[in-house]
Order: sequence, then structure tokens, then C-alpha cells
Amino acid sequence: MLDSALPLISVKNLEKTYDGGFQALKDVSLDIKRGEILALLGPNGAGKTTLISAICGIVTPTGGTVTVAGHDIIKDYRKTRSMIGLVPQELTTDAFETVFATVSFSRGLFGKKRDDAFVEKTLKSLSLWDKKDNKIIQLSGGMKRRVLIAKALSHEPDILFLDEPTAGVDVELRKDMWQVVRELRESGVTIILTTHYIEEAEEIADRVGVIAHGEIILVEDKAELMAKLGKKMLMLDLHEPLKALPDALNRDGLELSETGEQIIYTYNTQGERTGITSLLQDLSDAGIRFRDLNTKQSSLEEIFVTLVHEDSAQSKLNDETKAKDPAEAT
Amino acid sequence: MNLTAVRAIYAFEMNRMWRTLFQSLISPILSTSLYFVVFGSAIGSRIPEIEGVSYGSFIVPGLIMLSLLTQSLSNAAFGIYFPKFTGTIYELLSAPISSFEIVLGYVGAAATKSLILGAIILATASLFVELQIAHPFIMLLFLVLTALTFSLLGFIIGIWADSFEKLQIVPLLVITPLVFLGGSFYSVNMLPPIWQTVTFFNPVLYLVSGFRWSFYEVADVDVSISLAVITLFLVSCISIVWWIFKTGYQVKQ
Repeated sequence: MLDSALPLISVKNLEKTYDGGFQALKDVSLDIKRGEILALLGPNGAGKTTLISAICGIVTPTGGTVTVAGHDIIKDYRKTRSMIGLVPQELTTDAFETVFATVSFSRGLFGKKRDDAFVEKTLKSLSLWDKKDNKIIQLSGGMKRRVLIAKALSHEPDILFLDEPTAGVDVELRKDMWQVVRELRESGVTIILTTHYIEEAEEIADRVGVIAHGEIILVEDKAELMAKLGKKMLMLDLHEPLKALPDALNRDGLELSETGEQIIYTYNTQGERTGITSLLQDLSDAGIRFRDLNTKQSSLEEIFVTLVHEDSAQSKLNDETKAKDPAEAT
Repeated sequence: MNLTAVRAIYAFEMNRMWRTLFQSLISPILSTSLYFVVFGSAIGSRIPEIEGVSYGSFIVPGLIMLSLLTQSLSNAAFGIYFPKFTGTIYELLSAPISSFEIVLGYVGAAATKSLILGAIILATASLFVELQIAHPFIMLLFLVLTALTFSLLGFIIGIWADSFEKLQIVPLLVITPLVFLGGSFYSVNMLPPIWQTVTFFNPVLYLVSGFRWSFYEVADVDVSISLAVITLFLVSCISIVWWIFKTGYQVKQ
């Protein structure tokens, strides 16, 4: 066995430019440790799926290298691919096959001898056993997702990639899915999942990587990230636009919007005092009246995408936020 | 060599045939029987013998070729197009298998189906007309080479097609006319000279002619030329498939 301190997957300077000229991955480097759950967060089109597809062999990288347990994914593709199971984002299945047949097929495809007992165990662990003779087309979306996981696990992989495992899945099923992921980790499988949902990363990941515009912005332990997540914004719509903030209001985290119609106060919810009361008091003293107020919790994506692309990000983020609405994703 | 994977693909594809038994086997058998009834018995009884062979018997090799070609093509094309269409191809691409093994699984299954079909049609034909097979081994060789070559061609079409329309268009607009004009139902000698010349550009003619020779020792072209043509065709298809996987054309970006 390899030294457990070495990264299980090592991505170095990975590049992918599609034929149309779109650069989906820009100089991506990333190490994944054995036994961890790594969550890749990022907006749509950030390059999450391309990164996973490159490691799994579905797209050919245009530059850089990836090794899995020390084996190159191109030269030693048989070794690396047999270590990896992939659950794709789309529910792509052979609609007319039965659950048992499709999972057995996957096992064979990955070069493992037929083993009905193992398939049975896998199906049971995913609560699919009573559906084993059902055609996939008869299953619900959540069940189909489980079938895809069973297929990915059918050849006993060391590494499991889950591309948006809970997109379009209702809350209850999402929690089930998290439970499945945790059990898998306990059985020793290294898991890399992509997600839109912060609570998902928060709930199950050991580390979180943020990817945007084809670049890894950062990879950090979850605990460190959660501290940064505690930021909240208070927005006050003013009756009368201001040219500048009065000196009396001057404090950390307070700024005036470009149009002067809005005051934005960023504060830390995890601190002892948020400073909201004194701010409102000072506003009142200064005779500044406001029509409306609202607060907004910044998401991981927003924090980091804004970090990297401060200028252009804002309008794009608004679009992303809309696209992320779970109701629409379903 | 990941033989387990090849077997898995092969078994999966063969399983698809049993599941769609009617479409895969019954309907070609039905249509062939109809050809025998119409051309063999009804019309054929009024057509004189061709080079000593009754018309009903004369068309048997052509009919088998007709089914073999179209079925090999559509089976293999559909077999690989469908995973592309549904997206399940992700699994093939992420599996520890080489392109050669993928082709072996899919084309092997498609060719097997066609061979089964060919055998069934031959058996069906023997119910309607008197058959003799002068060179069974040559006949088998033609069957295997043709099934393999056209399954490969079907595989290429399945990869190339990005819509169901494209999937149908080559078999319908190219292969069917070539088969009908390739001497399945007549001897080339029956055509006016100019059309005879045109016909010699039709690769299917060489298949039908060689195949018929293995039955009745009657041929439009020499059997060695027929074998050379089908081999050339096979090599071209293998080269194209090799190129497809080398460049990832329509499969992998």
C-alpha cells in the first residue's frame, strides 16, 4: 500500500480548452487525501464537472498531469480508472434495464468478475434491493440517483466522484444521501463531491475547494471556512441619496453604494456584538432615514468569486443565485 | 486485455436483442418471407431460369445479403448511438477499457445478431425454394466478413450521427439503393451495357456475386475479386474506427 500521507489524487497544472476555444480549466492544481471527503463548490460553468471528467477519463486534458495513487491517468488508465467510481450529474441510465442487470453490467465493464452477493450487498446498502427487478424507467428520480451510485460502487472503487449528488433532490432525500456518503467514507472510500449548496459542504465535507472560472480559488479545511462564512450584510435603502457617509457613522464594514441610495453594513454573526444597534442609533442621530432594510448572508461562492473577480462578479452572481434556486433545479 | 468488460458489453448488447426480439429477428424474417412469396413464387414463376438456377433460388443469396447488410448496419449504429443519446456513454469512457475492447464488444454483438439472422433466413428460404450450397466454407467466410464489415460501418455511423435522423439516413438513402442495385434480384448481364459499367462501381455487387457463387457457382465477377473487395472494405472501416478513437471524434473532447 502507498504511504497514507501521500495524496491519493494529485492534480498538477491541469488545463482544458475545448475545441470551441472555451477554456474550462486554467492551471488547476489540487491534492486529494486518502479517506477524506472533499467538496468542490462553485457556480454553474465554473469547471467542476470538467475537472471530474478529466480525472475520470471522459475529457482529455490539454495540459498538465493527474496521478491516482501514483499512476498517471493517461498512461496507466486501466489502473487509475478501476480505482474510481463516478456518479454523473445527469440521471443517465439505461431506461429499459433492470436495476440488478445494470449494476452487474457496470461491475463487468470495470473488469471485475461477476459477484451477485456483492451486488446484493451494494443494493441493500442503498435501499434498492426490493427494486432489483424493476426497470430503471419505473423508478423515481431519487431512486435513479441511488442506482447510479450503486453502479459506481459496483466495482469496489477506492475513490468515488459524486457530481452534484443532491441537485434536484428534496430535503429528505438529501439527508439520506448525506448518510450514504458518510457510511461510504466510514468504509474507507475517498469521496469528492461537487455541490451548489453550502449546507451540504458544511454537513459532510472535511475540506472545501472553491472553483470559479476554471480556477481553484482556494482549498481549505471546513472549520476555517465556516469562520469566513459568518459574514452577513445589512442593506438600508435611504430616503434621500447621500453624497458621502457622515464622519459620525464611520466604522469598519460600513460603506455607501455607488448611487448613494443604499448603506451596506457587513458584520460578523459569530462575534459577540454585531454593532447593528449602535449603527441604527447613529443613523437616527444623524437624521438619516431609510425606507427599507434587508439582510443577506453571503455564500461561500459569493465570497470567493467576489474575491477573485471583484469588478465583474456582481451581476453574474445575481444570475447564479437565481439559477441555484432549488425549486428551479428540480 | 479486459475480457470481462468485452463480455459485459457483448452480453448487454445480446440481451438487448432478446428484449426486442420482434424488432430484431421476427420483422426481418417476415419481410424476407414476403419477398419469397412475391418475387420467388408469384413473379418468379414467370421468370425463366438464370444461368441454370430458378429465379426463386437465385435471389436467396441476395436476400440474405440484403438483411445481413441492413441489420448489421442498424444494429451496430443503434448500439453505440443509444449510449451517446442517453448519456450512458460516460460509463464506457470512464471504464478501464481500451477503444479496441469497446469496438470488440459492440461490433461483435452486432455481427453475431446478423449471423443468427442470416442463418434463420437461410432456414426460412429452404422452406420455399430448393437450395444447394456448393462451397459452405466460402459462404460462411462471406457471411462473417460481411457481418463484421457492415457492423463496423454501422458503428461508424452511430458515432457520426448526432440525431436520429442522421442515424436513419445512411441506411435508407445509401445502403438500401446500393443493395437493390447490387444484383440482389437480378444478374448484371440482364442490364444494358452502360448500366452494367455503373453497377461495377457498386461495392455491394461484389458481395452478392461472391456470396451467390458460394451457393450456385454462378457469379457476375470473379470470386477472388469479391473477396478482395470485401477485405478492402473491412480494412477501410477498421482504419476509420481507429481514427475515430485516436481523435476522439464525436465521442470525447
